[in-house]
Amino acid sequence: MNSNMIKWCSRSWMFAVYFFLYMPIVTLVIYSFNDSQLVTVWSYASMRWYAVLMQDSDLIAAVVLSLKIASFSAIISVFFGILTAFALNRYKRFFGRMLLSSMASAPLVMPDVIVGLSLLLMLVSMQHWLGYPERGLLTILLGHALLGTAYATVVVTSRLREMDGQLDEAAMDLGCHPWQVFSLVTLPLLLPALVSAFLLTFTLSFDDVVLSSFLSGPGYSTLPMVIFSRARLGLNPSINAVATVTIAIVTIAVIASSFYSAQQERRRKREQAQAYSDANT
Amino acid sequence: MERSSDGRVDAVKGQVMHKISNALRNFSAGRHLLIGVPYLWFLLLALVPLLIVLKISLSEMEVTSVSSMISWRQGWPTLKLNFSSYLFISSDALYVQTYLSSLKYALLTTLICLAIGYPFSYFMARSAKHLQPTLLMLIMLPFWTSFLLRIYAWKMLLVNNGVINNVLMSIGMIDAPLEMMNTPFSLMVGMVYSYLPFMILPLYANLSKLDLRYLEAAADLGANPFKTFWLITVPLSKAGIIAGAMLVFIPALGEYVIPELLGGPNTLMIGRVLWDEFFSNNDWPMASAVAVLMVLLIMLPMAIYNKYQSEQSGLNS
Repeated sequence: MNSNMIKWCSRSWMFAVYFFLYMPIVTLVIYSFNDSQLVTVWSYASMRWYAVLMQDSDLIAAVVLSLKIASFSAIISVFFGILTAFALNRYKRFFGRMLLSSMASAPLVMPDVIVGLSLLLMLVSMQHWLGYPERGLLTILLGHALLGTAYATVVVTSRLREMDGQLDEAAMDLGCHPWQVFSLVTLPLLLPALVSAFLLTFTLSFDDVVLSSFLSGPGYSTLPMVIFSRARLGLNPSINAVATVTIAIVTIAVIASSFYSAQQERRRKREQAQAYSDANT
Repeated sequence: MERSSDGRVDAVKGQVMHKISNALRNFSAGRHLLIGVPYLWFLLLALVPLLIVLKISLSEMEVTSVSSMISWRQGWPTLKLNFSSYLFISSDALYVQTYLSSLKYALLTTLICLAIGYPFSYFMARSAKHLQPTLLMLIMLPFWTSFLLRIYAWKMLLVNNGVINNVLMSIGMIDAPLEMMNTPFSLMVGMVYSYLPFMILPLYANLSKLDLRYLEAAADLGANPFKTFWLITVPLSKAGIIAGAMLVFIPALGEYVIPELLGGPNTLMIGRVLWDEFFSNNDWPMASAVAVLMVLLIMLPMAIYNKYQSEQSGLNS
């Protein structure tokens, strides 16, 4: 087997995998412009289902609810993620450290159905004893925030590990108060990790269907819940239109953020080069 | 008079400020808060709910609630454990079969992901350095589109009057539509599709760090490429294989959405059984018992993985 053939093999294998990954998404988008009521039978191209989407009040209410829950969930997750990551990273010895770290990673490995069931059963017994909370937005938010905190902890922890403690020590030597060390040194260094933790936990919440189904009450349907209940019944052109809209938004966001980070990287390099040349002259 | 009262106020102010700054400087208060707050958060939302599930799995369903665990007999609390849910699960052939078929599907998903993902990661790690970030981003990009929508897309492709059957029939390759939907095949396609990136990412991270000099040495010593691959590359990437297998196997075992949308009524998986016990049968103790057994099933591979990791770190240090 010569090297050309190996190259050809590897290229076609990679192409096949990318085809497998993207073909369903592309098909979903193409058929969203199909005018026919039957999703998979192509009649002619039109924007019909997008017009229908605009009038679909169930779906619009679900989008609004999902956006609300996802934003709150992401904020809460990042907050508790920072606390957990700091507690685990700064303090190597405290009572029950092992328990905290395993509780923080449990939601990552537990299947969603178990997390959903256990939270619901807890909320039901809470309601039994305290008469609070009613199932609805708050309970869904709680479930998403738990899952999100576990993910945010992983993201923040991995960044904290990369950062060296010397900068913190230098700031403390220069007379900074612990709170100043955190707000002026640690937090700015952590910012990229916090942004990616926010985006990740937002997406997790916006995507979740299992936890929401367990934890929601009557009248509270998130977007994935609406999509899931329609997809269970069969193919539905409205789902294709929703999919295309979300894919468009995500693609634009991903491209914009990758441009932004590339630009930041270039600027950092330029500034570094400038600093070196200044130092040498 | 006025002066002295002012002075007293100042003294009190000074004391308060001193105390506050002391408290702030003394970071052990902060330490307690920093550890205590996330502790409480996870205790309430992760540990307590699981204990409640364990408790309910040992109770019996009564009309609107579950039986209480502690009953009072002549002034003494007595613990009443009810193992009927567990006994039922272990004696019922359908439940046993469900657990076994979940294991089978999860294992099959892992193996197929490995078979597709290993060569892919290998080729990706060998491709031109400047292309690799883009190739990696293309693997992660589908993550950002909804998981549910990607599964729905497969439904659209696989149904009898779906896109694949339409294309194959229009080019004359088949006369009648292939029955692909609601079979183990459609389930496997959906599972592999969803979990493949979880296999590729750790494998690529591992393989891109492989020291190529080992391969050169093996070639110099006369090993053919296949032998080199089998005896050098694969053993060196063992950590990546295990990490990828864990990331695929564990979530695949408890999957609910994919079998529900693509598997049809005949593919048995534990996640679905749990869901049905809870939502259709309203049998909380049974659903809880199914959940507890599922946790035990997941803990086994986790324990093996942890043991392997601690052995590895022991070897490295």
